Amino acid sequence: MILPRRLLLIGTATMLATPAGATKSDVATAIAALTKGAPIRPGRVRLDLPLLVENGNAVAMTIDVPDPLPAGERVLSLHVFAEGNPLPGIVNAYFGPRAGLPRLSTRIRLATSQTVIAIAACADGTFWSDSVDLLVTLAACVEDS
Amino acid sequence: MPRPLINIPRKVKRGSSFDIRILLAHPMESGQRRDDFGKAIPRDIIRSVHCTYAGEEIIRVDLFPAIAANPFLVFSARAFESGPIVFTWTDDQGVASFDTVDLVVE
Repeated sequence: MILPRRLLLIGTATMLATPAGATKSDVATAIAALTKGAPIRPGRVRLDLPLLVENGNAVAMTIDVPDPLPAGERVLSLHVFAEGNPLPGIVNAYFGPRAGLPRLSTRIRLATSQTVIAIAACADGTFWSDSVDLLVTLAACVEDS
Repeated sequence: MPRPLINIPRKVKRGSSFDIRILLAHPMESGQRRDDFGKAIPRDIIRSVHCTYAGEEIIRVDLFPAIAANPFLVFSARAFESGPIVFTWTDDQGVASFDTVDLVVE
């Protein structure tokens, strides 16, 4: 019987889409919604995360654009996505006219060992990315704190 | 809600970049956890943090449940004149709170 099995697959997929976990395709969808199909190049943006995370409940993260950009160029926003968290998004930062260096530091939760992707959107319509593969020994969401 | 801890330099030079640090006291309940009876604990997070300087925007940050409890943000602004730096943050109930610090530019 193919039909019940297919229904089961669809059911599992929808379960995964809601609370259970973001997938690579969820992240790809979120990134596509951001870039609207524009190509993403590696470089410019830097994602600073530890490669080995002991406690996924609070992981120090910095995203920045370390090198000076060409004249007249400016970073509009920085975005971070997680492939292994319940939801694909981690943080979006939009810079206004009074912003200094395009940089944001914060503490994030990581549910499991995964790839974290940072995207920088520049004013000329280009998108740049960096990613970090990391190992998490104690996952967020499992423990109480 | 208790006031956030906000840290900016006491004085900054005109035209220079300086760091702003803000620590908000909030559980950032992710909505993924369950209580002892297996009931889902409802989501309760700060959704966005907005920071302006003398009326113009420095940064707007969208937060997701993946931000750790007691959100701590560090970002950069460029000094041009003395003025108020206003922080506004909005939680899942739609309640907006704000706090202000005055920046001295020399």
